[in-house]
Amino acid sequence: MGALTKADMAERLYEELGLNKREAKEMVEAFFDEIRDALSHNEQVKLSGFGNFDLRDKKQRPGRNPKTGEEIPISARRVVTFRPGQKLKQKVEAYAGTQPQ
Amino acid sequence: MTKSELVEIIASKQTQLSVKDVELAVKTVIEHMSQALAEGQRIEIRGFGSFSLHYRAPRTGRNPKTGEPVQLPAKYVPHFKPGKELREEVNDSLKQGY
Repeated sequence: MGALTKADMAERLYEELGLNKREAKEMVEAFFDEIRDALSHNEQVKLSGFGNFDLRDKKQRPGRNPKTGEEIPISARRVVTFRPGQKLKQKVEAYAGTQPQ
Repeated sequence: MTKSELVEIIASKQTQLSVKDVELAVKTVIEHMSQALAEGQRIEIRGFGSFSLHYRAPRTGRNPKTGEPVQLPAKYVPHFKPGKELREEVNDSLKQGY
């Protein structure tokens, strides 16, 4: 089973909601663009039923080049984390897949 | 930003669809993603990131009230890995002082 892509999502908007192909494509683009834009302005994104995209500021910490063993500091950074909502967790928990991904 | 704010923003930036239409579209996209993950399918959005399932082995937990051990079965949890572009944009926002 291939991964779900933006094209698949647009196809569903076309089939289920009757958006035309261009509208459907633009809608899916806008969905991810606006989420990205909010996150890039340090704004948390909460999609109820699905989950929250949170931002965390990390302090500089000591690191190491795994190849050379040389010590190099890992600079302070801001990262995105996703916290799945209760509803999504419950849906996924029941997945009876035979092979861990 | 909440789901309804996301709907408002998308609706305000285009002229063809009503707020109601956009709301339905956003819900449909989210539902599609939830459904895919529930079926064990990965989601890949270039520039944004990917969603997949991570396996959690069975373990013995404890009832926090009674302290009694409870067997917790193996399960899957949703996982998001931000894409390179999103990671960079978000990290740049720190340098830009947001």
